[in-house]
Amino acid sequence: MRVKLLLKDAHVEGIRYYDTYRKQGGYAAVEKALKMTPEAIVEEVKKSGLRGRGGAGFPTGMKWSFIAKPEGIPRHLVCNADESEPGTFKDRYLMEFIPHLLIEGLIISSFALGSNATYIYIRGEYAWIPDILEQAIVEAKAHGFLGKNILGSGFDCEIYVQRGAGAYICGEETALIESLEGKRGNPRIKPPFPAVKGVWDRPTVVNNVETLSAVVPIINLGGEEYAKIGVGRSTGTKLISACGNINKPGVYEIDMTISVEEFIYSDEYCGGIANGKRLKACIPGGSSVPILPANLLLKTAKGETRYMNYESLSDGGFATGSMMGSGGFIVYDEDQCVVRNTYTLARFYRHESCGQCSPCREGTGWMEKILKNIDSGKGKMSDIDLLWDIQRKIEGNTICPLGDAAAWPVAAAIRHFRDEFEWHVLNPEECLRRNYGLAHYADAREVVA
Amino acid sequence: MEFSQDKLKKVDEIIARYPEGKQKSALLPVLHLAQEQFGWLSAETMDYVASLLKIEPIEVYEVATFYSMYNLKPVGKYMFEVCQTGPCMIKGSDDIVAYIGEKLGIKPGQTTGDGLFTLKTVECLGACGYAPMMQMGKFYKEHLTKEKVDAIIEECRKNAAVNN
Ligand SMILES: Cc1cc2nc3c(=O)[nH]c(=O)nc-3n(C[C@H](O)[C@H](O)[C@H](O)COP(=O)(O)O)c2cc1C
Ligand code: SF4
Ligand code: FES
Repeated sequence: MRVKLLLKDAHVEGIRYYDTYRKQGGYAAVEKALKMTPEAIVEEVKKSGLRGRGGAGFPTGMKWSFIAKPEGIPRHLVCNADESEPGTFKDRYLMEFIPHLLIEGLIISSFALGSNATYIYIRGEYAWIPDILEQAIVEAKAHGFLGKNILGSGFDCEIYVQRGAGAYICGEETALIESLEGKRGNPRIKPPFPAVKGVWDRPTVVNNVETLSAVVPIINLGGEEYAKIGVGRSTGTKLISACGNINKPGVYEIDMTISVEEFIYSDEYCGGIANGKRLKACIPGGSSVPILPANLLLKTAKGETRYMNYESLSDGGFATGSMMGSGGFIVYDEDQCVVRNTYTLARFYRHESCGQCSPCREGTGWMEKILKNIDSGKGKMSDIDLLWDIQRKIEGNTICPLGDAAAWPVAAAIRHFRDEFEWHVLNPEECLRRNYGLAHYADAREVVA
Repeated sequence: MEFSQDKLKKVDEIIARYPEGKQKSALLPVLHLAQEQFGWLSAETMDYVASLLKIEPIEVYEVATFYSMYNLKPVGKYMFEVCQTGPCMIKGSDDIVAYIGEKLGIKPGQTTGDGLFTLKTVECLGACGYAPMMQMGKFYKEHLTKEKVDAIIEECRKNAAVNN
């Protein structure tokens, strides 16, 4: 068995409730942390090497140390539970089944940052989860872990749950802040950064659900011990939500030393490709990161084993690598059509663009239209180059990274599967029949597991 | 047009979560409450919400039109919101949408004549590992098959008959 920190008690009956959670050692980290100074907690988080689990992978301790502390102005911690990146459903799992872990992490983090009012911003569609979180908050409060003068430390803290209402862009931290203020989710131009001017113009830290939950084992173990788990700058454990054509879709906690091959084929994790099919491709870190064909997924371009960690997944850059991203691991078998898949993702980004910047607003719609044409047998060869041009013009030219997130999947699909796009143009009748002739592509990329 | 006593109390509770004068922050939660009570957000409802929060009606319209969960038109008693993004698509969401549409005689975006069902396609709902799936009211229906869809529709019809 590999080390588990976040999900170690996930299968204990009743872990959703305070009594069981407490019996399993819950809230010991709060007791420990409140005897430390806020600075010492930030120091432990720095030592742990924890990187943001929301997608960007920014070092959490460093982020915390940037928060401005102007005299007399309250600061806020905001938990990003917007989880809307296609392929990603790990935060939901944590909140739904082990809500107290997040609440415990939030209390410690609020103390470290000096937030007396902390908000969990959760995507509106997860409509049943606020009840679970609020129940946990009530329980924590009843036992003196929230509210006034927590455990006699003099620290006051309240946690509130706020629902979004259907907008992927509100996962971007400045859009989330706008939304929390009761506005449209239009990302702000940075600087100023939230750490200086966030919600209600107050210094604000926005962190992902998994990031804040990981603070609990960091305090329990100590930053140095936590950093010994994993490899290099990929410390600790990471939740991966696995979906697509695998035998065992679900949420897995990995220590970041396992190979991609083991993750896909081992019975402890995905359990191999479903229905005896072969692996064709995978998007390893949520829809925004580059898709990789099987050969580049299991081995790097240099022929080395690829591992499930930040460095190894991005080995080769965007030419031959991808990213850890949010940990949304989407697996495609040999029957799946990359063009059609890319079309659905382009439609997603067009739907979710907030519309503030023209390259993103116009570009996402244009890419969707072209991809729809190619997918339905109405494409031209020149469309493929046109798509390539459009995505290049979006990337790097927008206020927030949603533009890049829309461009990268298209770029990677063309880079690695250009022959498939051409096949669609050359065989319009066949694509209308949804007979993509894919055995050919799978053979060419077959990897023996 | 007025919230129930329960809801009015809830509104006060929500406003109390924010600093003085920042009651506009309550807008998204209060719109959810409004939709819960009235089913959809009419101009009249939005004006009422504006008056409750002491903000301009335009500030409410701006927000209500931005977020996909707010219904700006009446919808059926049961709304089937089927996810159609990549991970659900490769697990057969297109077939599920087509099957529901055929069964109810409506296209995505439409409501049945008896006002019972609305069919909608939506983008990723964070249930990709349990695909194909849809949202129905507050909850998700996952691992959908044609048989499961039949059973869900059957149950909705039964519940509607009991409630009438
Ligand atoms: C378009 C877009 C969507 C995002 N969605 C999410 C999300 O759903 N959840 C999340 O935690 N971070 C999301 N992020 C990243 C946040 O902006 C931010 O980096 C993150 O919440 C920081 O927390 P972390 O450092 O703990 O990862 C998104 C970013 C972008 C550009
Ligand atoms: S890149 Fe797209 S989503 Fe981001 S601010 Fe610009 S238009 Fe909005
Ligand atoms: S793609 Fe359907 S729930 Fe994510």
